[in-house]
Amino acid sequence: MSLNTAWFLLLAFMLAGYAVLDGFDLGIGAIHLLLGRDRAERQRLIDTIGPVWNGNEVWLLGVGGALVAAFPTLYAASFSGFYLALMLVLWLLLLRGIGIEFRHQIHHALWEDFWDVVFSIASVLLALLFGVALGNVLRGVPFEANGEFRGTFTVLLNGFSILGGMLGVATLAMHGACWAALKTDGALQARARRFASTLWWVSLALLAAMVAASFLVRPDFTRNFTAHVWPAMIPLLTLAAMAGVRLFIGRDDLRAFLCSSGYVAGILASVAAGLYPILLPAAPGSASPGLDIYNAAAPRSSLFYAFVIYLAGLAIVTAYLVHIYRVWRGKSQPVYHLD
Amino acid sequence: MTDATIAARWQFAFTIMFHYLFPVLTMGLGVLIAVLKTIELRTANRAYGAAARFWARIFAITFATGVVTGIPMEFQFGTNWARFSRYAGPAVGQTLFMEGVFAFFAESSFLGIFLFGEKRVGPRGHWFAAVMVAFGAVLSGFFIVATNAWMQHPVGYRVAGDRVELTSLWALLTNPYVRWQYPHVVSGSLVTASMVMAGTGAFYLLQRKHEDAGRIFVRVGVIAGAIFSAASLFPTGAFHGEMLTRAQPAKVAAMEGLFKTQAGAPLAIIGMPDRERQELMDPIVVPGLISFLAYGSVDARVTGLNDIPPDLHPPVEIVYYAYHIMVGLGTMFIAITSAALFFLWRRTLFERRGMLWILMLGAPFPYIANEAGWVVAEVGRQPWTVYGLQRVGDASSLNVTAGMTYFTLIGFMGLYLVLGLLYLLLFARIVHQGPVDSLAQGRPE
Repeated sequence: MSLNTAWFLLLAFMLAGYAVLDGFDLGIGAIHLLLGRDRAERQRLIDTIGPVWNGNEVWLLGVGGALVAAFPTLYAASFSGFYLALMLVLWLLLLRGIGIEFRHQIHHALWEDFWDVVFSIASVLLALLFGVALGNVLRGVPFEANGEFRGTFTVLLNGFSILGGMLGVATLAMHGACWAALKTDGALQARARRFASTLWWVSLALLAAMVAASFLVRPDFTRNFTAHVWPAMIPLLTLAAMAGVRLFIGRDDLRAFLCSSGYVAGILASVAAGLYPILLPAAPGSASPGLDIYNAAAPRSSLFYAFVIYLAGLAIVTAYLVHIYRVWRGKSQPVYHLD
Repeated sequence: MTDATIAARWQFAFTIMFHYLFPVLTMGLGVLIAVLKTIELRTANRAYGAAARFWARIFAITFATGVVTGIPMEFQFGTNWARFSRYAGPAVGQTLFMEGVFAFFAESSFLGIFLFGEKRVGPRGHWFAAVMVAFGAVLSGFFIVATNAWMQHPVGYRVAGDRVELTSLWALLTNPYVRWQYPHVVSGSLVTASMVMAGTGAFYLLQRKHEDAGRIFVRVGVIAGAIFSAASLFPTGAFHGEMLTRAQPAKVAAMEGLFKTQAGAPLAIIGMPDRERQELMDPIVVPGLISFLAYGSVDARVTGLNDIPPDLHPPVEIVYYAYHIMVGLGTMFIAITSAALFFLWRRTLFERRGMLWILMLGAPFPYIANEAGWVVAEVGRQPWTVYGLQRVGDASSLNVTAGMTYFTLIGFMGLYLVLGLLYLLLFARIVHQGPVDSLAQGRPE
């Protein structure tokens, strides 16, 4: 296996890690106002993610850093190409972060209500934008002759990508509901289970629509799945995880959450398996070819160094993750009551 | 330079200067909190635990603000500086990536435990979490400064085609430029945290409220402040300056307002640079001091701006004033903290209201000194983005227009204005509430 392929796998792994981990706290945000009926319940929901959300978001920074080191051309073309969309993501991440962290600083009804709404709307829009981004990566972007593209909103917002956005919101909302069911109890937990159960159907319907639309938008998407056996396993495992969520909701919250994690990771892994070795395809009519793991990669030395860093980092990060999720295991306790 | 590049520079300058207001406190404060926790663990003095919890609350809002304003920094390399990322990514990507995997994960994972987990993990576990948070913050600073140092003084690379190729990761991490730049940055951060801590303590003592905590804050802040304001001058500042004279003569000439190459170059204490007449207006100088600082001899020749091609001059006035503000403030910090240390040693500090007033009013100034230092580093590097390799005009994105960037810059300005006001509100509120004495009082189960 070449270093370029190894890096493709590592990048997919980090993106899936980000989607699973930050996915559940984004999902909590997406259903925050509906699931939490009063201020105290909303407080409990935020308490479930309070100690871990920041560490989850670091995965996004890890993805950014890995892109600069391993695929600088992809990083340069996509971040400048998706300029306005990315800036919107940054502003939403900002609002959402201070929504979580500033909400509990002052015990005042209007203050808490305001940040609840900011946190929830920013989370929904982020889940939507990440889904839109995934849709556009599948669909391809219009590369110009100099290898750049301009992702204006008229280009980025199309039927296919909006479908992706809706899938993003529904799936992460379901994932968040599974997390809430795992970390809370009583009436809130019962409601979270019902939410997860309903959202399961929504997510499944949108996934079916998305898969069907993919055949229209990207007819060659099945080539990797038909050429080899093991890539075809990924979508099957994703569906198995999805079935697992249905099976365990309301019975075993931990297994339901793990299955939902597998489902979220599986969607990203399926997209990656379908695209390989392409990173960002060119839409029909582009003036230059898309970016793949060869023409977007850093020189071999950089790939190698970053790979070694990655392996060392992964060991450390795994130890941290095991440690913090052990410290915070079980039902969540109130954490944000400092004054 | 195109309009798009100028817009991108404004946006970067604004967002980085606002962002740095927060990590400059958290890097140093993390270390001071770890010190407080260590004293608590060793002496079983609960007052130090309460002091640590108080500063943890300040740390929490500062860290959160630093994180949300920091993410745009990592993204901006790609959004507005795409040609820089494509050109230099194979080198600077390594340190940016290392910051993520080695520093951010440590910091953010243990911050949750440190802020909320005192009862879950016990005293030793909590102390360990405090140490890991401080370690993550200081380590994160290293990778960012190493990234910057490579842009100031590229090492361990060769140019392959239209971009650089990293030949040695070790060289990147042991860049001679980072050797004193990094300790200087950390020292500046510790001065900030120390003076904010001492200033808050002085505020309590002057009001005669929370006086036990106030004395701890003043004591720890003054001792650490005296150590690190001295360390900012020597050895870190002095040796970093020596590196600069070798690596970036144009920056040094601009810092000192040295228009003509000369032996026995004088150091200007004050004076206004006049670029048309190529001289300093109304200067007060110490003869031979630049030569001495740079080369260890009062007679050594130092390169002036007249021996550097005009298109390689950085904006002289900005660099000159930023440098003089940094050094002037740094000198005052040494004077203030050493005087306070003297009174602390004589056991009269807590009754000297004049000195407490100075400590309280002095607290904001390290922010200015740190920002000014970074202005020297960054504006002084112009016209280069990567010194000697890539000019700033060749570094910006081609597919992002000035109009797009001004749109987002205005957005950042609006958001950061609100964010800054909220931060100050919460900071003032936490100080007003003061430290709580016990764990039970602070956190109901």
